[in-house]
Amino acid sequence: MISVAAETIFTIAGFPITNSMINAWVGIVIFLIVGLIVRKKASLTPRGFLNFVDYIIEALLAQAEGVVGDRERARKFFPICATLFLFILISNWIGLLPGVGSIGIWEMEGTERILVPLFRPPTSDLNFTVAIAVFAMGMAHVFGLLSIGFVAYISRFINIRGIFQSFKHGPMAVIVALVEFCVGLLEIISEFAKVLSLSLRLFGNIFAGEVLLAVIYMLTTAIVPLPFIFLELLIGAIQATVFAMLTLVFMKSMSDSHEAHAE
Amino acid sequence: MDAESIKMLASAIAIAVSGMGPAIGIGLIGSKAMEGIGRNPEASGKLLVPMLLGMAFAEAVAIYALVVTLIIQFVL
Repeated sequence: MISVAAETIFTIAGFPITNSMINAWVGIVIFLIVGLIVRKKASLTPRGFLNFVDYIIEALLAQAEGVVGDRERARKFFPICATLFLFILISNWIGLLPGVGSIGIWEMEGTERILVPLFRPPTSDLNFTVAIAVFAMGMAHVFGLLSIGFVAYISRFINIRGIFQSFKHGPMAVIVALVEFCVGLLEIISEFAKVLSLSLRLFGNIFAGEVLLAVIYMLTTAIVPLPFIFLELLIGAIQATVFAMLTLVFMKSMSDSHEAHAE
Repeated sequence: MDAESIKMLASAIAIAVSGMGPAIGIGLIGSKAMEGIGRNPEASGKLLVPMLLGMAFAEAVAIYALVVTLIIQFVL
């Protein structure tokens, strides 16, 4: 059966290399090759493969501008979100290729002989998803810091400035400002919850897909697994979209100048 | 009841019970989207992506429960 943690294949100087890491490197190599090809043959009149890449990037940029609403900021956020989207998409879909999950080494574990697969989709490893979730939220905070400055960024969470400003409006406003101060502290916890939910959503979907496919391959053969493979294709695409779209929305909300308090 | 059977029961009940909430949620989202498309068929292209987004969020809660089930079954 498939194990929750990614299995170690070998170690380099004490650092374990897992099978999902190997697949992540494969994904990186694919991207490097595509990137180098596009850069070498870039021109104002693209044809063939470059035309396809151009179409994808324009579609993604239009989508990003629709979400953010502001062309300038959309272009600033676009590289990170589009990279996340494409990389997660390729990583999810690698799990459907023949050979991933089935080519492996027989090993003795305890008393039974199990198969340790050599390849495994990178996003079915919790390490990978937590890493990109932390990276995405970290970049959102960095963008917020760079856009609206340190004071505005801090006063979103620790709203002392609001308390001082409310003194001149009367006692009712002071109480409201105190409540908003506590809400700001809760927002800090919500930031961690966002990281957790981003990573767990992606991990859960792709890992459950792996388990499902393993069980289906074990039970049936020939054409019967086909609908499940289509399901996995769809889920991989949807989860990549959700991750990238959420990152975009978080970046936008972090760099919005002081949100209007409910007046 | 020994620990092994309680572990199996726990992992089964965890995912079964917590699958109900997201299922209802996804159904509601879908029904509102269908209603919107019925009133305004041209908006179906605009409605698709937000609907999928909402469904992915609702499904995420079921996925959290699935992760707990997998932890109970395979790790504990």
